[in-house]
Amino acid sequence: MEKTYAEVSVSVNEEGYLTDLSQWTKEVGNEIAKEEGIEMTDKHWEVINYLQEQYRNEVPLNIRKVGKSGVVSIKEFYALFPNGPLKISSRISGIPKPISCI
Amino acid sequence: MRNILILGAGTSGTMMANHLNNSLSQKEWKITIVDQEETHYYQPGFLFLPFDLYKSKQVKKSIKKFIPKGVDLVNEKIDRIDKENDKVLLQNGAEINYDILIIATGTDIAPQETEGMLGDHWHKSVFDFYTFKGAKNLRNKLREWKGGKLVVHITEMPIKCPVAPLEFSFLADSFFINKGIRDKVEISFVTPMSGAFTKPTATKELTYLLEKKNINIIPDFNIERVDGENKKIIDYGGKEVDYDLLVTIPTNMGDELIERSGFGDELNYVPTNKATLQTTVKENIFAIGDATNVPASKAGSVAHFEAEILTENILRYIDGKALKDKFDGHANCFIETGHGKALLIDFNYTQEPVTGTFPFPAIGPLSLLKETHMNHMGKLAFKWIYWNMLITGKHIPFVSATMSEEGKNINKKKELV
Ligand SMILES: Cc1cc2nc3c(=O)[nH]c(=O)nc-3n(C[C@H](O)[C@H](O)[C@H](O)COP(=O)(O)OP(=O)(O)OC[C@H]3O[C@@H](n4cnc5c(N)ncnc54)[C@H](O)[C@@H]3O)c2cc1C
Repeated sequence: MEKTYAEVSVSVNEEGYLTDLSQWTKEVGNEIAKEEGIEMTDKHWEVINYLQEQYRNEVPLNIRKVGKSGVVSIKEFYALFPNGPLKISSRISGIPKPISCI
Repeated sequence: MRNILILGAGTSGTMMANHLNNSLSQKEWKITIVDQEETHYYQPGFLFLPFDLYKSKQVKKSIKKFIPKGVDLVNEKIDRIDKENDKVLLQNGAEINYDILIIATGTDIAPQETEGMLGDHWHKSVFDFYTFKGAKNLRNKLREWKGGKLVVHITEMPIKCPVAPLEFSFLADSFFINKGIRDKVEISFVTPMSGAFTKPTATKELTYLLEKKNINIIPDFNIERVDGENKKIIDYGGKEVDYDLLVTIPTNMGDELIERSGFGDELNYVPTNKATLQTTVKENIFAIGDATNVPASKAGSVAHFEAEILTENILRYIDGKALKDKFDGHANCFIETGHGKALLIDFNYTQEPVTGTFPFPAIGPLSLLKETHMNHMGKLAFKWIYWNMLITGKHIPFVSATMSEEGKNINKKKELV
C-alpha cells in the first residue's frame, strides 16, 4: 500500500507500518505521530533515533531493552507513548512492528 | 587426551552427553558434565502437577540415571566461565579446563524482577508453576480453593514453553468444571502480547478456544508491579486487574553465571549463531536449549532438534571442517486444551504453525492446529518418550531435526508477500 505523509509517498503495510525505513523522514514521522495523537518533543525524537539505530544494527527490540537503554525508563516510555509504547514508537520510527517473539 | 565440558545436565546437557559419548573415542576425549542439582525434572509435567493429574514422583528422577558411564558427572554449582583461559570455575573453588565448552544451563524464573511479586504473598495468593516447588504449592492451594478470580499472567516475553500459560488456563477450566465450581471461578488470561499467541494463524485458533471456554483475554498488559496487599496487578500504563489467585509466569532469565562470565544479553542469554549453534563469544564455546538467545521457542522439542545438529557441528569443528548452517528453529509442541483433548503445532523460524496432519500427509495420525483426543494421547506419550528416548539421545522415528512441509496446509501465495 502507498500512503502520502507530508507530501512524501511511502509504502506501508495493512497496519500502517512503513515497509522501507529509507523512505522515512522526520516530517513523515511527525505526521504519523499526529495520527497516533502524539505531540513530538526532543525526548520523543531521542527515543525514535535510538529505535532506528537498533533496527539498523538488527537488534531485536523489547520493552525491557528500551528501559535499559539509558534513553528512557519504562515508566517514561509509557508517559511519552501511552497505550503500547513500543508499537506506537516503532510506527513513528518507520520500523516494523516489533513481534513480541516466539 | 582432550576435554569436552558440558554445563548443565537438564534436557539439553543430558542429550549432548549421550550423543557425544556415542560419537567420540573415549581414548581421545574426556567428557565432563556439571549440574548443581541431583534431580532431573520433567518440566512439561509441571503443567499437570497443580491439577493432581501427575504425582510429584512422575516428574523427577535422578540425573545420574541418564548420564552414560563413560561421562564424568560433577554435582556442583558453576561460578563462572573464564573464556580467556578456557576453563570453568566451580563454587567450591575447583577448576575444570576444556578444549570445547557446551553451555546448557537453561532458563529459570526471576520473580525478583517485578516489584511486589516476591514477599509475603508469594506461594500464598501469588504462584508460579514453572518450578517444581511452585507447581506443588499451587497444587496444594487448588485442592482447597473455593473459587473467585483466577488470573493467569505472563510477565514478559520470551518465556520457555510459550504455550504453557494457555494450556494452564484450559486445564483450569476443565479442572473447575470437574470439581463442579466453574460458575464460582472467573478466569482471565493477561499477557503483554497483543493476542493469545505470537503467531497469527495459531492466535486465531487459540483465541476461539479461549472464548469458547469463557476465559477473558486481557492483551497488551506490561506489568509494573504486584499489589499483594490489595490483590491486584498494575501495568505501566496504569491499567489494573484484580485477582484472588494469581498464577504468573515471572520474567524468565538465563543463569547469573552467564552475567558473571561477562557475556549474555539483558536477560543473561548467550549470544549464539541461530543456524550453527556456535556462540559468538568464542569459537570453542557452543550453546544449546533455553540458555541461548536464538529466536526459536524455548522448548524440549527444540533442544532435541538442536542436539542432533550441534553434535554434527561439534564433530565437524573437531575435524577442522566448516560448520553446517542447518538449524531452522524447528519446534513441535502439543497444546493441552482440557477435557482429554490437545492441539499440535509444528513450525520453525520462518514457517508459522498451520493446519494439516503430522507426521504423515493425510494420515497423521496427529492433527495440526486442531483439537483432537489423539493429540492429547501424543502429549501424554511425550512423558514416556522424554524419559526413554529424548534425553538419552535416541532419534524419534519419522520426526526430522529440520521442519518438514509435508502434510501442512501452507498458503504459498501468502508467503510471497
Ligand atoms: C511448565 C512447563 C511446561 C513445559 N512443557 C513443555 C512441553 O510440553 N514440550 C516441550 O518440548 N517443552 C516443554 N517445556 C520446556 C522444556 O522443559 C525446556 O525447554 C527444556 O527443559 C530445556 O532444556 P535445557 O537443558 O536447555 O534447560 P534445563 O532442562 O532447564 O536444564 C538446565 C540445567 O542447568 C543447571 N544449571 C543452571 N545454572 C547452573 C549453575 N550455575 N550451576 C550448575 N548447574 C546449573 C540446572 O540445574 C538445570 O539442571 C516446559 C517447561 C515448563 C516450565
